[in-house]
Amino acid sequence: MDTCIKKIRELSAELLEKGEVQKVIGFAQGTIPMATSPIAIESKQDTEKLVFNSTCGLNLANYASKQKGKVAIIAKGCDSRNIVTHIVENQIQRDQIYIIGVPCTGMVDKSKIATLFEDEITGFTEDGNTLRVTSSSREEILKKQDYLRENCLYCTHKNPILYDVLATELVEEQMLEKPFPDVDRIEALDTDAKWQHFENLTKNCIRCYACRNACPLCYCPTCFVDEAGPQWVGKGQNKTDVNTFHYLRAFHCAGRCTDCGACVEACPMGINVRDFTRKLNKDALELFGWEAGLDITKRPPLDAYSPEDPDDFIK
Amino acid sequence: MKFITIDKKNWTKGIDKSRGTYRLFGPVKDKNWCMIKELDGDILPDMEYNESVMSAKSVLFPQSETILNTSLNESVEDHHIMKRAKNDYTARAVLGIRPYDAKAIQLVKMNFDTKEYKDPYWCDAYEATTFVGMAITKPGPFDFSTSVDSGPFCEEGLDILLADLDDSFIAKILTPKGESFAAACGFDSTIDDKESQALFDILRKEAEKNINCRVETDKLKEKNLLDLHGASFWDDLAFSCINCGTCTYVCPTCWCFDIQDEAKLKESSRFRNWDTCMSPLFTRHATGHNPRGVKVQRVRQRFMHKLKYFLDKYDQGIMCVGCGRCVKSCPVNIDIREVCHTMNTYEKKD
Ligand code: SF4
Ligand code: SF4
Ligand code: SF4
Ligand code: SF4
Repeated sequence: MDTCIKKIRELSAELLEKGEVQKVIGFAQGTIPMATSPIAIESKQDTEKLVFNSTCGLNLANYASKQKGKVAIIAKGCDSRNIVTHIVENQIQRDQIYIIGVPCTGMVDKSKIATLFEDEITGFTEDGNTLRVTSSSREEILKKQDYLRENCLYCTHKNPILYDVLATELVEEQMLEKPFPDVDRIEALDTDAKWQHFENLTKNCIRCYACRNACPLCYCPTCFVDEAGPQWVGKGQNKTDVNTFHYLRAFHCAGRCTDCGACVEACPMGINVRDFTRKLNKDALELFGWEAGLDITKRPPLDAYSPEDPDDFIK
Repeated sequence: MKFITIDKKNWTKGIDKSRGTYRLFGPVKDKNWCMIKELDGDILPDMEYNESVMSAKSVLFPQSETILNTSLNESVEDHHIMKRAKNDYTARAVLGIRPYDAKAIQLVKMNFDTKEYKDPYWCDAYEATTFVGMAITKPGPFDFSTSVDSGPFCEEGLDILLADLDDSFIAKILTPKGESFAAACGFDSTIDDKESQALFDILRKEAEKNINCRVETDKLKEKNLLDLHGASFWDDLAFSCINCGTCTYVCPTCWCFDIQDEAKLKESSRFRNWDTCMSPLFTRHATGHNPRGVKVQRVRQRFMHKLKYFLDKYDQGIMCVGCGRCVKSCPVNIDIREVCHTMNTYEKKD
């Protein structure tokens, strides 16, 4: 993936120079190891600031729809699917966005890497499939494959779905016999154990809503948790209120979530909120044969009428 | 001020002994995280933790706290009249608090405990609390506490400061509160003051040497407030922010809260929750007007408050103790060290 950055910079510089776009939205290197930061580049010189590596785990579609004028955006497979969703949901027009697609080899799980060390990580570099991670006490050489984020591990759309240009060669997509082994595991639990699983999952939640704010689907001008008239959900740390936020947000994402993992990437408390959304992704696939963000002409299943609907009441 | 030594073999017994008189709080490992929690039952504090993802401010200022209660049942006397909630203000001790977190509580105190106003909930909790600090011998790479009048052995706001000597702790007893706590634990082996202080000084210097991160704040005071407010860098700086407020929730010095009322059947309570200036709701008026309606205004507020308004108002340094939590937890890596540098070196171009 390192080689694609040259191409990304070239393409960006060209687009800006020709005035085809006002901004290029990409990632800049962070100030601490394994951190990158979304950035909007407006001049040719600044394209040097762009980076692309296995720590670019946030979803840039979230930034594209809030811009004026035409913008270019660096899009991994999942970002491109959220751009498709944005177009279908009228958050952005196709001709307002120029997509520099990046076929993706996966993003790393930063907290999994952090748990290898007793102290803080002070350095991180990558070369192909090799990660070199250092702390003040030691160094670890890791295989990237072993430290992918869970959503990247199960990703079957690494290549951008929609793009104007590619920054590198397409990669091979994987076929999964069981696309939702994580959900299967939770489904196999008995009711009490399942309840306990979700109780444990959210017990450290501080309701910062980083998961929601990092999510490209959560663009409502006023989220239901923030609504005051009427107030749908309590604002304190009461368990029921905390969980209500999580359950309802997951349902609002049903049939729209691309499992990009930005929510988990953003959560300061290491909570795998994907345990909620993944179940609904599985249902969408099993009930409607639907995966979000694959087709710019189709509306999501909960937003469309079909005589093939599996539920009788709708006919 | 005196020093005592505590053999680690006696630590647990002593701590357990204090449970008769103190509610204990301290760092607890939770999967990959360390959290500051109440040490219910026989849970022991993890004194070797590197840092806790959330600070110790919650011991005095919980994320949600009931402050008033009333009954809506009209047959009850004083129905609909809010009365102070019966919270527990018996003696409590927070064990293993980091020196920068204890210093942060002193900064928060400037807001909750003033000549004109006293926040009764915070002040009563503060009165009830003994702060048993753990000196930092291995500072993390994001720790810049020495740049902001704190540091790995900073004693400000502490009643006891412990230093880890492998088999034992040396405890520097700093206040009468600290003395009472040590007595409640039965820790009483006093040791030579001069020698112990000399040892503390050596350990402190060594720890301070390991802090590689330095942030300059010296010019912030002389900068014109409106120039900084109107500076052109805010837009770029705010671009990536998702306004999640994580930076303010993890921050030991952020003190903002919101008030909510809730009723269940005939019982009603008023409570406060942490709030964050990063949220659009923070300033939204009942009319719908929002004086900080756009993201850049909120990002600017956070940094202006911490690095300029607070400094100008109290003249006690900036509202940051250099713990580095926000640097590490921000999902988009907005780094207060960089922002501080940008503000400190800002020159207005005419
Ligand atoms: S980001 Fe994490 S802590 Fe914040 S609201 Fe979401 S799950 Fe809770
Ligand atoms: S943690 Fe970062 S993204 Fe979240 S509000 Fe703070 S600065 Fe913005
Ligand atoms: S502003 Fe950041 S570094 Fe400073 S005290 Fe708060 S969390 Fe720590
Ligand atoms: S930075 Fe924001 S949340 Fe923190 S104390 Fe200041 S206004 Fe409150």
